Amino acid sequence: MAEHPSIVFAGTTDGSSVLDIGEYEKAGGFTALRKARALSPDEVIAELDASGLRGRGGAFFPTGRKWSFVPKPDQLPKPHYLVVNADESEPGTFKDREIMLRVPFRFLEGCLIAAHGIESQHVFIYIRGEYEREFEVLRDSLEAMQKADLLGGVTVVLHRGAGAYICGEETALLESLEGKRGQPRTKPPFPAIAGLYAAPTAVNNVESITTVTPVLELGGAEYAKLGVENSSGTRVFSLSGDVVSPGNYELPHGISMRELIYDIGGGVPNGRELKAVIPGGSSTSVLTDADIDTKMDFTSLVEAGSSIGSAGVIVIDDRCCMVQLGIRVSQFYEHESCGKCTPCRVGTRWVTQILQKIEDGRAAQADLDLLLSVCDRIMGKCLCPLGDSDAIAVLSYVDKFRDEYQAHIDLGRCPFDGESSLEGILAPSDLHAHHGHEPAHV
Amino acid sequence: MSLATEVQKLKKRYPDSLSAVMPALRLAQEENDGWLSPDAIREVADALELTPAYCLSIASFYDQYYLEPVGRTRVEVCTNVSCGLAGAQQVVEAFERELGISAGSTSEDGAYTLGTIECLGGCGWATVVAVNNRHRLRVQAEDVPGIVQELRG
Repeated sequence: MAEHPSIVFAGTTDGSSVLDIGEYEKAGGFTALRKARALSPDEVIAELDASGLRGRGGAFFPTGRKWSFVPKPDQLPKPHYLVVNADESEPGTFKDREIMLRVPFRFLEGCLIAAHGIESQHVFIYIRGEYEREFEVLRDSLEAMQKADLLGGVTVVLHRGAGAYICGEETALLESLEGKRGQPRTKPPFPAIAGLYAAPTAVNNVESITTVTPVLELGGAEYAKLGVENSSGTRVFSLSGDVVSPGNYELPHGISMRELIYDIGGGVPNGRELKAVIPGGSSTSVLTDADIDTKMDFTSLVEAGSSIGSAGVIVIDDRCCMVQLGIRVSQFYEHESCGKCTPCRVGTRWVTQILQKIEDGRAAQADLDLLLSVCDRIMGKCLCPLGDSDAIAVLSYVDKFRDEYQAHIDLGRCPFDGESSLEGILAPSDLHAHHGHEPAHV
Repeated sequence: MSLATEVQKLKKRYPDSLSAVMPALRLAQEENDGWLSPDAIREVADALELTPAYCLSIASFYDQYYLEPVGRTRVEVCTNVSCGLAGAQQVVEAFERELGISAGSTSEDGAYTLGTIECLGGCGWATVVAVNNRHRLRVQAEDVPGIVQELRG
C-alpha cells in the first residue's frame, strides 16, 4: 500500500490521540492559528479559496466562498456567528466522531481560524446528543485552551443535540440551537445573511473546519496540490459493511473505489462477491461491482450517477436483499422526517409500506410503478433534502437491481428465502414516545 | 443546586434564553430518573418562563428525551444498515432473551429498558450498543450474555 499524506489526522497516523495541549503545541499545534491571526480576515478567506477546500458534510460547497458570503461587520452591524455542525448522523458516516476524539485541538484550532475569517467572536458547536465521550473530550480540550489563553476573546459554546438526524440540515440545526423544534427554514434568506438569531452565520462541518488548520499550515496553494481537480485535499472515508477492515481512512480524493475497498479495506470477507457500494452515506445512489474503478472524488462520482456525499462508504456483498435494504433505509428517513413538508412526511412512510409489500410477496406489478411515482412526488418538493434522500436511494436500488425487485413480484416472495444478510432487520423502537403499539417483530 | 439555579447558569451561555431549553430538559431528565415527567417539564418551563406545552413540544420532537419512565439501565442497539449487515438483529434477539423483555419495553422491576435505535455513528465498529449513552463497539450476539452479566454486577 502506498503511503498517503495525513492532513486531518496529522501526527496520529498510528491511531493515537493528542489530548494533551502541551503535546499538541510541541508538535507544532496553534502555529496555524497564530499565522491566521497575523493575516486579515480577507487574507484568511483567500487562503481557503486557493486551497479549493469544499465542505465535507455532504454538500461539497466551497468553504472560502461560503465565508465570503458573510457580510463584513460594518456592512451588517450584528453579532456574527460561527456554527459548527457536529451532528454527524448520516448512516455510514463516523468520521467527525473520530476527528473529535483523536485530534480535538486541531479541530478547535480550526474553529478559531474560521471565527477570525468571518470576524466572529461567537462559536457554537452543535454536537449530537449520542456522542457522550466526544462531548467530554471537547469540553476538556476547550477548558485547556481557555487556561492557555488561546481563545482570544472568542466564546465557544458546546450545545448538545438530543437525537434528531434532521438537525444535521443547517437551518434545522439553527432552529434547534435557538430552542425550537429542529425543522428546516425556507431559504432565502441564507444563513450567511440571517442565520442564528437572524444574524450573519457560517455553518461548517467538523471535518471541513479541522481541515482549515492544515490549509493555513501548508498555505492554500500547497494544500490544493493534494487530491484531484475539483476535489482538492484529503478526505476521511468511513468504510463499513461487508469489508474485512472497516474504519476511517484519510486518503487523497481521487483514489479508486477498488483501492479503497480491496487494497485498504482488505476486500469482501468470507469469499463473498461484491454486490453494491453506497459511496457517500445512505442518501447517495447505490453503485455496483461494475463501478469498482470509479474514482472517489466529486466529479467522478457524479459521472457515475452518484455523489461523494459524506464519504461514508457502505460495502454490501451478495447475501443482501436489495428490497430489504430499501426498507431499512426508508424506515430511517421515515423516522427522521421532521413532519413539516407533506411530501416527505407522508411519502417516506408510503415508500416503506410499498417496499414492505414487495418484500412480503403481496405486491402487484402496479405497486412497483407506484413506488417510482411516490419517489418522484417527493423529489424536489420539500424545504430540505431529507425526503429526496429516501427517494434517491430507493430509486437507485430499483434502477440497479430491477431484476431482483421484479423477482419478488413474480415469485410472490423474497427470492433470498430468509437467508438475506438483512433478514429481520429492525426499525427503531421509538422509546422516547410510546404510541401504544408493540414493535412488529415481537 | 436546584434545577432553577442551574438553568439560570445555562441561560447565560446564550444570547437568547430560549436556547437553554434543550440543555435544561437534559438536566431535568438526569435529575428525574432519566425521564421527563409532567412535573419535570413544568419545572423547566417555570425556570425558563415558558409554557409547559412549549417545553413538551420540544421534548417530544427529540428522541433522547423520554416521556415515560425508563429503566435504570438503557440498552439501545443500533439496527441501521451497517450494523444490520454485521448481525444487529441477532444482537437484539440475544438481549431480548437475556433481559427477558422485548425491544421497545422496560422490565417490570424498572431495571432495564431495551430499544432499537437509529445510526449511532459507529458503522465501522458494528454492531454498536449504547448502554446509558456509553457506546460498546463490535458487539456480537455471543457477547451479549457476558454484557448482561456485567450489567447485573
